[in-house]
Order: sequence, then C-alpha cells, then structure tokens
Amino acid sequence: MKNIAISSAAALSMLANTAFAETEITWWHGMGGALGETVNQIAEGFNASQDDYTITPVFKGTYEETLTAGIAAFRAGEQPNIMQVFDAGAATVIAAQGATVPVQDLLEANGVDFDITDYISGVRYFYADADGKMIGMPFNSSSPIMYYNVQALEAAGVTPPVTWEEFETVTAPALKDAGYTAMAQSHLPWIFVENFMSRNDLPFATNNNGYDGAEGTEILVNIEPLKAHFTALTEWQDAGYFEWFGTGWGDNQTPFEEGEVAIWFGSSGSFGGLSQKDLGFDFSATYLPYWEAVTTEPKQTFIGGAALFAMSGKSDEENAAASAFFEYLTSPEVQYMWHRETGYVPITTAAYEMATADGHYDRFPAAETGILQLSLDASENTRGYRMGFYVQIRDVMNREFGRILTGETSVDDAFDAIEAESNELLARFAQTQN
Amino acid sequence: MKRAGFATRWLPILLLLPQLAIIAVFFYWPAAHAVKSSFYLEDPFGFGSSFVGFDNYIHLTGSSEYGRIAKFTVLFTVLVTFFSLALALLLAVKADNVIRGAKTYRTLLMWVYAVAPPVAGFIGLLMFNQSWGPLTELAKSIGWDFKLGVNFNDTAFAMVLVSVWKQVPVNFIFFLSGLQSIPKSVREAALIDAKSSFRRFWDVTFPLLAPTGFFLLIINITYALFDTFGVVDTLVKGEPGNNPMTLVYKVYVDGFRGNDMGGSSAQSVILMVLVLALTVFQFRLVERRIHYT
Repeated sequence: MKNIAISSAAALSMLANTAFAETEITWWHGMGGALGETVNQIAEGFNASQDDYTITPVFKGTYEETLTAGIAAFRAGEQPNIMQVFDAGAATVIAAQGATVPVQDLLEANGVDFDITDYISGVRYFYADADGKMIGMPFNSSSPIMYYNVQALEAAGVTPPVTWEEFETVTAPALKDAGYTAMAQSHLPWIFVENFMSRNDLPFATNNNGYDGAEGTEILVNIEPLKAHFTALTEWQDAGYFEWFGTGWGDNQTPFEEGEVAIWFGSSGSFGGLSQKDLGFDFSATYLPYWEAVTTEPKQTFIGGAALFAMSGKSDEENAAASAFFEYLTSPEVQYMWHRETGYVPITTAAYEMATADGHYDRFPAAETGILQLSLDASENTRGYRMGFYVQIRDVMNREFGRILTGETSVDDAFDAIEAESNELLARFAQTQN
Repeated sequence: MKRAGFATRWLPILLLLPQLAIIAVFFYWPAAHAVKSSFYLEDPFGFGSSFVGFDNYIHLTGSSEYGRIAKFTVLFTVLVTFFSLALALLLAVKADNVIRGAKTYRTLLMWVYAVAPPVAGFIGLLMFNQSWGPLTELAKSIGWDFKLGVNFNDTAFAMVLVSVWKQVPVNFIFFLSGLQSIPKSVREAALIDAKSSFRRFWDVTFPLLAPTGFFLLIINITYALFDTFGVVDTLVKGEPGNNPMTLVYKVYVDGFRGNDMGGSSAQSVILMVLVLALTVFQFRLVERRIHYT
C-alpha cells in the first residue's frame, strides 16, 4: 500500500513536471572569454525575466567551429534552437533555405511587432534576403574602425587622417619621425577589402553583391583602386609606415597596445577589451580613411561580427521561446548593456538613443565611432555581400596578401590568383545549390 | 603435424566480430562515404547536391596551391622523419654507453613523449612568440630576424623543430631497447675485429638495428604525415594565411573551416590511396632487404 502511494506520488510529480515545465532551448555561440561571460549574463537575465522559457548558451569554439558544429548537428537532426553565424558564413546558412526560420517570420508568427526600420541603417540588410526580409538577427555587430594612440599623434603634431592621401603624405611621415610605426591592422580581407569596397562605394560582386543568387556571382576584387591600395601598403611597409605581423588578429593588436604602433585598424568590438587594459596611453577612434582619388563621397561600412539564426525543425513552443528571447535581446536595455560591456554596436535606434541619453558617449567618445560609421550615407554597395564558400575566399585572400607583404608575389599576380580562385569557389558553391 | 585450431567454425568468427565491427563502423563506412561524396558537390546543410564526376579531383590536380602544399608535405615529412630518427639514434647510442646515472638520463630523454601534439605546438608558440619568445631572441642574436606566422620559411622551420622534438623520445625508446637486445657476444667479437668504434657501429650495430629502424621509419612517416596536425594547427593559430600547411591540414581547412564537403572528401581519398601505396611499397621493397633475427 505504501509502495503504491509512493509510486503514484512519483507519477503525479512527473505529470506535474511535464505540465508546468519551462520550455528549454539551446543557443550555440562562438564568444569566448569576457564576451562569453556577457553572453551568459544575457541568458541569465532572460531566464530571470520570465517563467515560461529557459535558454542555455553553449560555447562551441571559434566562429568557424561553431558553424561547422551547427551544420553537423543539423544533419544529424540535433541542431540547437539558436545558432550564431559570423559574417563570412552568412551566405552558407542563408542559401540553405529550410535550415533556418527567418527571424522576421518567427517574430511575426509569435505576435511580436517587427519593423526593420527600428534597426540602425548599417545593420538592417546584411543578414537579409534580396527582398529585404531579415533572416538572421544581428547580434554582435561591429565595424572596422581606426584606433589611435592620442599621445603619439600629439607628439607627432598630427590629427587622425581622414583620407589615405593624408595618411601617406602627412600623418605617417610625422609619426615615423616621432619614433612610431604609423600603422598596423588586424584583418586584411575584412578591413582592407570588404569594407574598402563599401567605404569607397565600389561594388564587391556581380549579381547585386551576390544577393540575387549564387548562380553566376563573380567577385570584383581585381580592380585598380584595390590594387593601388595594396601597392601603397607595400610602399608604406618599405618606408617604415606600416608593419604586418601575420594573419593572426592578436599579433597585430599587441604592438599597438605596447605603444610601438600609433594607429591600429581593428573592430569597434575591440573597444571593450582595450578600455579594460592598462595601456599606458590614451586611445581614441575614428572612421576608416578613404581614398580621395577613388571617391569624394565616402559611404558607411558593412557590419562584421555575427548574427543569430533560429534553426528549423523545432516545435512551436520552442520557436515561441526563441522568439521571446529575440524580443528580450533586442530590447533597448539589453542592447545597451551589451554595447557598454563589449563595444559591439547597439542594433536598434532605441538602444542607441538610450546610450546617448545616459551619457555613455560623453564618457567614452570612441565607443560611438562604430555606430556613427554604420550610420553614414548608404548606397547600393553598402548593404552587404553574399558569397558562398566565403570562408575559403577569405583564406585565399589572406594567403595572397601574406605573400605580397613578404615579397613572395606581386600585387598583380596576387589579385589575378584571388580573382581566379574566388570565382572557382563561387562557381563550385553555385553547383552545391542545385 | 598437428594443427592447432578451433573445434567449431563459428567461434573464431565470433571472437573476431567485435574488432571487425569497430573497423567497419569507424573505418570502412566513413571511407566509403568519403569516396561517394568526393564525386558530389553538396550543400553543407545537406539540402542540395550535384553529381560532378571527377570534377573535384580534376580541380585539385589543376590547383597550383594544392601542388605547393603537396610539395611542402613531402619536404616536411622527409625532414621530420630524418631528423627524428637521426637524433634519436645518436642519443640512444650515447645513452647506451652511459653507466653512471643511466636511468636519469633515459627518463629525461623520454618524458617529452608524454606531451600531446597541440601542447607541443603551444610550447613552440611561446618559444617563438614574436615579441618575447626566447628562441626568437636567440635567432635575433645571430642576425636571423625570425618571424613566426609572417615568414613562410620561419614558420616551416618552427613546425619541423617542434615536430622533431616531440617525436625523438619515441624513437629513442625503441632504438635503446634495440641496442640493448644486441647480444653481448656479438659486440665483444666486433671489439676484437675492429678498433674504430665508428666502424663497429656501421658494420655491426647498425645492420642489427635495421628491423627496429624499419619499423620506426614507417611510424615516423605516418607521424609526420598525419599526427603533426595538432602542431600545425597550433603554430598557424587556426589561421592558415600564407603559412605552410600539410595535406591533412588542408583537408581540415576545406572541409571543417570552409564546409566544402566534396573537395575535402576528394583530398582525403587521395591521402588514403597515398598511404596504401606507401605501405605496399615499404613492405614489398624495403622489407626484403632487412633480416630479422
């Protein structure tokens, strides 16, 4: 009799558990270190904010590893509810229609008001389809900006260069005389190719930068302005204005932190990390320079970083949970917290206004640079690019740029190779889409 | 003559079954899958795919980059195998002669064996750190502006060095036990015949070590081709860039970073054939010249 009582109590409690259980969803991301802690903070905030859903963030390694893990899991039917995909992987995941539920559809299906114009202009269309429907929710959005050592520029008697012509003739020689290497950068394909295109208002690929489909998309990098930029880099290298410390991000950031390099091109998302360090000098940031010889009307840049995608094949309850999480994530308070802690730009105008009203930019003017740059004039060339196998295209660029900067190849040969190999990869990607 | 055997036919099959199942699941099935997908170009998520015949292979043979990586892999394998074996043999011969404190020497020489390849790579990364690495400083002091991750040859040098350092202890252990299994009588006889220890080594010791050496040669070639993955990955910091890489690392770069399943599968099939050919060659041609005692 006692046994029956116990087992029926157990059965009852199990029943209760299923009836009142919170819907659990998972979120795979590639944010390590301090960024990962802020991610966990957001998840805890969401879990505490309501009783219906629980989200569990899981760190899956680098961006590339996160994407690969997500793809493998999808093929095995074990995909997470939300997956973070970085800019270079966007084409892969967006092309696989059916792998994800477009966030715009997800939010609308769950009764959340969605207006794409709530999002700041540089962020809106990078992860959208050709018709402007948002597929991935921009999460950690950044843009390459120019950081500089305030004391170094003062010592050299110069101001941050607005154009590359100014850098070449005024800034760099003065910094060299003051004992600095004028410039370093941390990501050649991202900063000096992709955003070179948007900043200087140049098309990056055919088919409307690739948005109109993978079939027949070709890259447009073998052009004079870009080749001239890399020729200039080699000349600056010889003149002692520029140094390249390899393909790794950190190897190029360290000399700036150590005060050897006066100007460093990094991510607006680097702001949080830099301001936590005891650098021994003041730093500030401003827009990417442009070539006056190429355009006199420079434009906004692309967003880098990554977006969150809702994976398909999930129950309505879980999709409702994902939708509720996205709603929470895009609230001004959470966006401002994320922006303040990490330096990534807030994705909505409301969050940006909240940060402004709170005096964040009076305290840290450099923190506003990324969002201001993303809000400059837009054009057809600035909304984004969509190219398959783009991770490998970046690898090809990194390889050839490394060869240029170590004197193993010429600028012309390198760009011929990049164009040929990239177009081959794009054609191969188009074949995977049949 | 009485043949030892099983009473029933099914028992041996039953006993073999677990092993065969493991091989089938973890080797034959994936290998067959790789062969199949090497003829396709497939959407990473598995939605679309097109049959492309030998296109993935033709693409590789036409790729100058793949040729460059293949050449580097051959050079890398030759260097790592040669230096790992030569240094280990030298150390083993010397350690074999040591009488006082022999155990300490041997333990010290062996313990790097316990270091995992990525950890070895990480130690290399620290030693060759661009701004404060002790080996970078050493290179600078002799006028070599060593730049890991920037200069192709410097990075290649670091890869060979770390891979050799990691492999020497394994070879050392085998060579030492090989040396110690040479009968004392043979050594004493040799001592009477030849006064020069150099001659004694090449005429007597070295041929008697041949079976060990042959075994180690195969192990080392396999190590340099495949097991150095962790060293390569750590030293390039996950960013291939203009750094040297081996064929196995290229499979990873295209398949796991780039999600090009077809191209990556074709590369792994090529590697599979290469290993098969290498093994046949080694056993057919090289082993014939070696006499086991």
